[in-house]
Amino acid sequence: MHKTQIREILLAHCRLSVHVEKLADESDLYDAGLTSLMTVNLLLALEDRFDIEFPDHMLSRRTFQSINALSDAISEILSLREQ
Amino acid sequence: MSSEIRTDVEAIVDRVHRVGREIVEPAAAEVDRAARFPTESVAALRAEKLLSAYVPVQYGGMGLSQTEVCRICEVLGQYCASTAMVYAMHQIQVACIVHHGQSSPFFCGYLRELVDQQLLLASATTETGVGGDLRQSKCAVEVSGDSFTLEKHAPVISYGIEADAILATCRRAPDAAPSDQVHVVVKRKDMELEEISSWDTLGFRGTRSLGFVLRGRGGKEQILPASFADILAQSMHPFSHMVWASLWLGLATDAVNRARASVRAAMRHSPDTRQVAQLRLAEVDEVLFGMRSGLYSTMAEYERMLAAGDPEAFKNFGFAIRVNNVKLTCSELVVDVVGKALAIVGISGYRNDSKNSLCRHLRDAYGAALMVSNDRIRGLNASMHVIHRQD
Repeated sequence: MHKTQIREILLAHCRLSVHVEKLADESDLYDAGLTSLMTVNLLLALEDRFDIEFPDHMLSRRTFQSINALSDAISEILSLREQ
Repeated sequence: MSSEIRTDVEAIVDRVHRVGREIVEPAAAEVDRAARFPTESVAALRAEKLLSAYVPVQYGGMGLSQTEVCRICEVLGQYCASTAMVYAMHQIQVACIVHHGQSSPFFCGYLRELVDQQLLLASATTETGVGGDLRQSKCAVEVSGDSFTLEKHAPVISYGIEADAILATCRRAPDAAPSDQVHVVVKRKDMELEEISSWDTLGFRGTRSLGFVLRGRGGKEQILPASFADILAQSMHPFSHMVWASLWLGLATDAVNRARASVRAAMRHSPDTRQVAQLRLAEVDEVLFGMRSGLYSTMAEYERMLAAGDPEAFKNFGFAIRVNNVKLTCSELVVDVVGKALAIVGISGYRNDSKNSLCRHLRDAYGAALMVSNDRIRGLNASMHVIHRQD
């Protein structure tokens, strides 16, 4: 759903060792070189782009594990806001 | 746990103390002076079957818990920090296999072999050109048919020459990304080690942490059946910092014991005067208490997580931060404790040849913050703090 935007942000904010175009939606981002510091930048950029705030319970490596995981998390946050 | 098993563990700890007093401590000064491997101490640990302390009972090991293995490291740390460090580093590798290898027939067999032959395992994680980042490898395992080859330029492999096998991290394949890693066992008979650097340091001189080019080969079943990211998060990272902190705690405890002995001796000479040293002794024990408390609370958390068996729990940033805090605080407090103990003991602690000498303790203590640089770890914590709020 938000995967294109997530890919743009990954490209702009995270210097992964695998090119974003070569990543599958389910590829492990940590195996692709995502570091703690990049995770911070990714989180802040996603919050800015989608105008959201990640709740505490989502702040774990699992949320940032793949493009799919990020997309699911963002969908969940957005749907909670609409309710 | 039944009281019977508890007695067993206490009996094991008593045996470690005996080995410490009779073999490890008498050799410690010479190991330090010559920067040689503590051969007799490791032989004594082998004779007591302590190299398989963490191997489950079903493979013939002692089946001790992580906390109990840490206790052994702590006891050894009271007699010779280099011996304790060799033992601790070996246990980290054992834990990686116990936690991540048991789905593989090869590794189940290897655990039995480890018990029977009391194999000593070393580690090759850091690599020339990756700046100390464990989550990146340049070298790759090259699998062809059923076998593999591997060449790794490792600036440090502690007791690499003395070990029976080395567990090395490497990329999954020659075309894999630097952080797409696996963990491979290379056996002594299947490797050549070309020495590229020596180990003549201020402290921890007996760990023999030389640099090598490691060239190895073996069967592809020797690649642990898990991603290194999971091995690191669930086993290597928490286990390392807690076994290391335990041996630093043992080192610090012995320094305080030496300070206590010197205060007692002084009081025998002049029993009526209340000495400043007594207050200082109470004060240094408070620091030791703080060191122990942080370590033990994190060990208890880790034991609960292992018992719950949920690999997802290890993705929590809070746990990783707390494990790093154990390393940061204990590695800095050990210097503080030994320094305070030295102030109590006075000039005889400063002498190399006195009964209460603290020279080796002080030199060893300074290594703790440098072996895996504290500022690197603090930097990781700094990043994680931004995305983590306290529970």
